[in-house]
Amino acid sequence: MKLWELTAHELLKKLAHQEISQEEILSSLSKRIEEVEPKIKAFVRIEKSKGFNGLPIAIKDNICIQGQPTTCASRILEDFKPPYDATVIRKLKDAGFTIYGTTNMDEFAFGSSCENSCYYPTRNPWNPEYVPGGSSGGSAASVASGEAIWALGSDTGGSIRQPASFCGITGLKPTYGRVSRYGLIAFASSLDQIGPFARDVEDCCLLLKVIAGHDQYDSTSANLPVPDYRQSLGKDIKGIRIGIPKEYFSLVKDSRFEGIDKEVKIVMEEAIAQLKRLGANVQEVSLPHTEYAVSVYYILATAEASSNLARFDGVQYGPRARGAANLIEMYKRTRQAGFGHEAKRRIMLGTYVLSHGYYEAYYLRALKVRTLIANDFAGIFKDFDCIVGPTSPTAAFRLGEKIQDPLAMYLSDIYTISVNLAGIPAISIPCGFNKAGLPVGLQIITKSFDEEMLFRVAHCYEQATLWHKMRPPI
Amino acid sequence: MAISRDDVAKVAHLARIDLDEEELKLFSKQLESIVEFIDKLKELDVSGILPTSHVLGLTNVVRPDIARDSLPGEAVLSNAPASSKGHFLVPKVIE
Repeated sequence: MKLWELTAHELLKKLAHQEISQEEILSSLSKRIEEVEPKIKAFVRIEKSKGFNGLPIAIKDNICIQGQPTTCASRILEDFKPPYDATVIRKLKDAGFTIYGTTNMDEFAFGSSCENSCYYPTRNPWNPEYVPGGSSGGSAASVASGEAIWALGSDTGGSIRQPASFCGITGLKPTYGRVSRYGLIAFASSLDQIGPFARDVEDCCLLLKVIAGHDQYDSTSANLPVPDYRQSLGKDIKGIRIGIPKEYFSLVKDSRFEGIDKEVKIVMEEAIAQLKRLGANVQEVSLPHTEYAVSVYYILATAEASSNLARFDGVQYGPRARGAANLIEMYKRTRQAGFGHEAKRRIMLGTYVLSHGYYEAYYLRALKVRTLIANDFAGIFKDFDCIVGPTSPTAAFRLGEKIQDPLAMYLSDIYTISVNLAGIPAISIPCGFNKAGLPVGLQIITKSFDEEMLFRVAHCYEQATLWHKMRPPI
Repeated sequence: MAISRDDVAKVAHLARIDLDEEELKLFSKQLESIVEFIDKLKELDVSGILPTSHVLGLTNVVRPDIARDSLPGEAVLSNAPASSKGHFLVPKVIE
């Protein structure tokens, strides 16, 4: 057994028994990185020379690390070195973690495939012809390929759960406000949340415990105690009431969206049968506004993004376009040269929906439909402990398959987006494979600040199956 | 709703992006199809529904009024493409 193959909790046990040293873990990871990174391209930066003395972790390239390049995979932040640590980074450092690499992503987290990076696309460890998902594709691929034990990502509309699903690992989007966003470079401030990637549920628990909690520097972080999530492990789910949204299995509303893939549906039916065998009380439920979630999301997320990205103007950071005659021209040329296509498209859409004459028709209306979507969930959680369904309508798609059709790409987030709009937590765990040998993810959703329920159900399912033990053939 | 090249150019000006001709054309086509899709929301009756801008419903979060250190000036300016005497430097604004 090589050390890079182990989970963090297995490694911690060996460290506690002094069977292994921190150096051995890191040298095992380094060897693995040398071996597979040329094929996967999960990282944008790897620190090589530093002395290591803590459990190594990989970090998405949009979380500020003091004095180290943090670029959101964008040319407009080329060479940006944050003057401070994000709160999650400070917490990791205080807990003795070593940050040895930053991972690739879609530029500013705009994307579902990791193809919108200014560096290069990341590949899916299960098959390099396929995308790892996005936007946190590098973090997911690094954990799945054994280049990282665990990693942090961010999730605005599915950017942790969808790549976790595509790469066959576990990924959690915590409740909005559970984890401080201070130092996370903002995409859509009312939706963004930092969360863990790991190879099993127990590691996910451990990592959430480290990063969660109230923070004076983030006024939207919740002032609530952080439970000992490990207490949720090893429990049964007898009598747990699980709702299965019928819309997640039947929705066919747009010519570009074919609904749930047949093979994903078969895998999902088996996963639900397993939950029943474990004693859960499974019933069909309805989330009637599901079909509006993508529209609401692409209005609100782009509106917030257009505002958040206004700060990238060549004044405080990043390269500045030369030769402009005046300030406005300097802004325009800097932004034209610095942003990639998808970033421009989203800034444009966000500016459009906020502009004079459209604000009420789009932005305000979307905020109201957001209320309806949140109410759908709240209604169900009166009678159910959690909701279960697919994380994504398909397994990983091929590189290049959706890059020319932005709307088709947006629709691949249909099951994850409404969770961010409602601010509730959800986890994606591996639950099988399609015929092409690509992983399929099971999404478990619950009410605000009840991550313990997610861990309980996810762990019980995981321990009854072997999906989390499967490793990509690289 | 049709979105012309000129509509895109107007929004690009508001967004302060100097899009090239190719992008203006590409985005007019793509934004049109996205806007057509999001127009779906018009099917819904939202009268009497309150907007949700924020799920936690927090307002006026304040911390204790105790002075604490700020980032040093040099650290703040360290990423600036141009700075001088403790300030960010920009092209001349007032003639």
